[in-house]
Amino acid sequence: MPNKIKVNLNSSHFQELDSFIDGLETTEGELISILHKAQSIFGYLPKEVQIHIAKRVNVPVSRVYGVVSFYSYFTMKPKGKYHISVCTGTACFVRGADAVLRDFEEELEIKSGETTKDGLFSLDSLRCVGACALAPVVLINEDVYGKEDAKKVKEIIQKYMKINSEG
Amino acid sequence: MSKMNITIDGKNIEVDSNSTILEACKKLNIIIPTLCHLDLHDLKMVNKSASCRICVVEVEGRNNLVTACSTPVADGMVVNTHNIRVMNARKTVLELMLSDHPAECLSCSKGGNCDLQHMAERFGMREIRVTGKSQSTYRKDKTVSIRRNLDKCIMCRRCETMCNEVQSVGALSAINRGFDAVVAPTFEVNLHDSVCTFCGQCVQVCPVGALTETDRSWEVIEALANPRKTVVVETAPAVRVALGEEFGYEPGTNVTGKMVSAFRQLGFDYVFDTNFAADLTIMEEATELLERIKRLKSGEKDVNLPMLTSCCPAWVAFIETQFPELLDIPSSVKSPQQILGIIAKTYFAEKINVDRKDMVVVSVMPCLAKKYEAGIESFKEDGNPDVDIVLSTREFAQLIKLSNIDFNSLENEDFDNPLGESSGAGAIFGTTGGVIEAATRTAVEWITGESLDNVDYKSMRGEEGIRIANLKVKDLEINIGIANGLGSARELLEEIQAGNPRNLHAIEIMACPQGCIDGGGQPYHHGNIDIIKKRKQAIYEVDGKKTIRKSHENPSIQKLYKEYLGEPLGEKSHKLLHREYDKKERV
Ligand code: SF4
Ligand code: SF4
Ligand code: SF4
Ligand code: FES
Ligand code: FES
Repeated sequence: MPNKIKVNLNSSHFQELDSFIDGLETTEGELISILHKAQSIFGYLPKEVQIHIAKRVNVPVSRVYGVVSFYSYFTMKPKGKYHISVCTGTACFVRGADAVLRDFEEELEIKSGETTKDGLFSLDSLRCVGACALAPVVLINEDVYGKEDAKKVKEIIQKYMKINSEG
Repeated sequence: MSKMNITIDGKNIEVDSNSTILEACKKLNIIIPTLCHLDLHDLKMVNKSASCRICVVEVEGRNNLVTACSTPVADGMVVNTHNIRVMNARKTVLELMLSDHPAECLSCSKGGNCDLQHMAERFGMREIRVTGKSQSTYRKDKTVSIRRNLDKCIMCRRCETMCNEVQSVGALSAINRGFDAVVAPTFEVNLHDSVCTFCGQCVQVCPVGALTETDRSWEVIEALANPRKTVVVETAPAVRVALGEEFGYEPGTNVTGKMVSAFRQLGFDYVFDTNFAADLTIMEEATELLERIKRLKSGEKDVNLPMLTSCCPAWVAFIETQFPELLDIPSSVKSPQQILGIIAKTYFAEKINVDRKDMVVVSVMPCLAKKYEAGIESFKEDGNPDVDIVLSTREFAQLIKLSNIDFNSLENEDFDNPLGESSGAGAIFGTTGGVIEAATRTAVEWITGESLDNVDYKSMRGEEGIRIANLKVKDLEINIGIANGLGSARELLEEIQAGNPRNLHAIEIMACPQGCIDGGGQPYHHGNIDIIKKRKQAIYEVDGKKTIRKSHENPSIQKLYKEYLGEPLGEKSHKLLHREYDKKERV
């Protein structure tokens, strides 16, 4: 099924990345920060982008991929329009973060790390976001949800579907 | 170099200040166990991942045990290498490693040659207290040359260092972390779809059975048992100076005669020599070189020089994937393996009146890339390959053992003719510098029309990754480059792209450091580079003992041109002995 969210691999993104790389004094030891930048520009790190970076930094693509696969922060899958991050830090874990994550997985029919077929939602987990008082904590794009919402996974998802359909 | 004094197990020693504890121990004949560490200094490779921790020792005044292979010495350092704390730690490390390692030694192709197995033996491991629950089960990957079974990988990362730092190919990288960590090609494609050249150097240094060759010996057994097949074997120059190691001979022993005899005992109908095909390669390659130089001399612009040799398939795969814009400069002559194959299946098959479909050409090579090469579509006729099955030196040794042959007691025998006669020039193809020296012997005589007094071009011999030899032949200046190891090849190619400042006319390239004598299919050297040096010496001895030392003086070669091929670069030669190159897009 085609991805309904347009994948942005346009040349202006590559230009933005190139000017970032050009601005560095040296590319040596900067692979991680370049990947970081690239992910913030493209939203994820598709193969084309990794190949491009390897050329610019003059390292084998295998090394770039090695780094991308090592850090769970980096992703090769495009994120959904609404990106859901479930905190699985200690405080949240104790308060049932794994159940919350499972609820999202079941409701969206995807696994953590994946994106729904329509490109609307993506799901992953992250470490303590520093809002332990609210544990268990869920971030959806900029929005923060805390313990009051933990049982309302279905409603939250519906809310975003509604926002989306209203444009 | 400043010196430092350190004490190890109560003994004092003075060492260079940049030494590691491991190096200091070696000087005191204290043998610290190591697994991930590998120091191939002469081949420009030191694997410093310090990932396995089997080499831990205690340094007085430090809380934690340190890894001897990576920890530098310090003045006044006191080291204990075998007190109870250290021994316990080491044992635990090994137990942990074994706990998530498949216990398949009985059927593992590295069995008997595996560093981990040797370690377990050395530690006298009788039980493993930890039981691993998280054995990795990464998918297996099998190409025509190399098998990857990463469940056996101990993450020493030697292969990665070899592939990236020595070979500069960049096919492999460590990916993921923790229990999921493996070494894999970019985007985890199969090796076949990666930039891998099949040089097999990663297999040569892998301490365990994670990387091995794809074994085809059983197909040879079946072919030999089939009465309808005429089975021909060819064997490369580097095999005969290494095979003996598998049967207890000193490295550097030339076992040509026994090897030929073993082939006959195995039941091969004809035992031919790839050295013969090497002589034929030289006829074509030297002609090609002189033709290009002539065009240059006559003032022609854009002559495709320097001419690069093309007998190493891993090197060819390298240029096809990494420097496609240079594909007009390699010589178009096929590798000796393929030339022997096609001459056997045309000229010789006609002579003995056998249909090529009923002939099986088996090739015994020091090389894993030759396995891949034999499968290339353009080296087949109606699906029938010029070379049917390629075995490594190691697989061939295995086959001898499997067939109840007592190698050491075999008599010396000679190759069959006509594809078994060879010159000394053909023999030196097995080592870096040899191909171009062989070509030079012929080219120079053709230019001068006189017989050379001395055929030894010492300036082309040596160990450095890149060597340059400048020749003056009559009024011609010929500048020759030699690169061994793909990392060195890359350096020279980049130099060519930058305008060829040394004005090179011909470049020999071999993918393996030191050439085929250190090929990916040779007996494992286990980090002992002296073995390679001895093989090299033996190659030059084979050459030195030959009465005919120039390819064009090989009578069987002369006869072949007269009876069948016509002229070098002529129509028939071109059709049978030359090839084209394909640009390849890989990651
Ligand atoms: S065979 Fe050679 S090129 Fe291929 S992965 Fe191994 S070292 Fe790299
Ligand atoms: S495949 Fe072999 S050489 Fe490579 S990391 Fe694993 S054990 Fe080491
Ligand atoms: S140098 Fe020799 S052994 Fe190594 S890949 Fe080339 S042909 Fe094969
Ligand atoms: S552990 Fe989840 S916010 Fe701190
Ligand atoms: S040999 Fe020292 S850490 Fe592996």
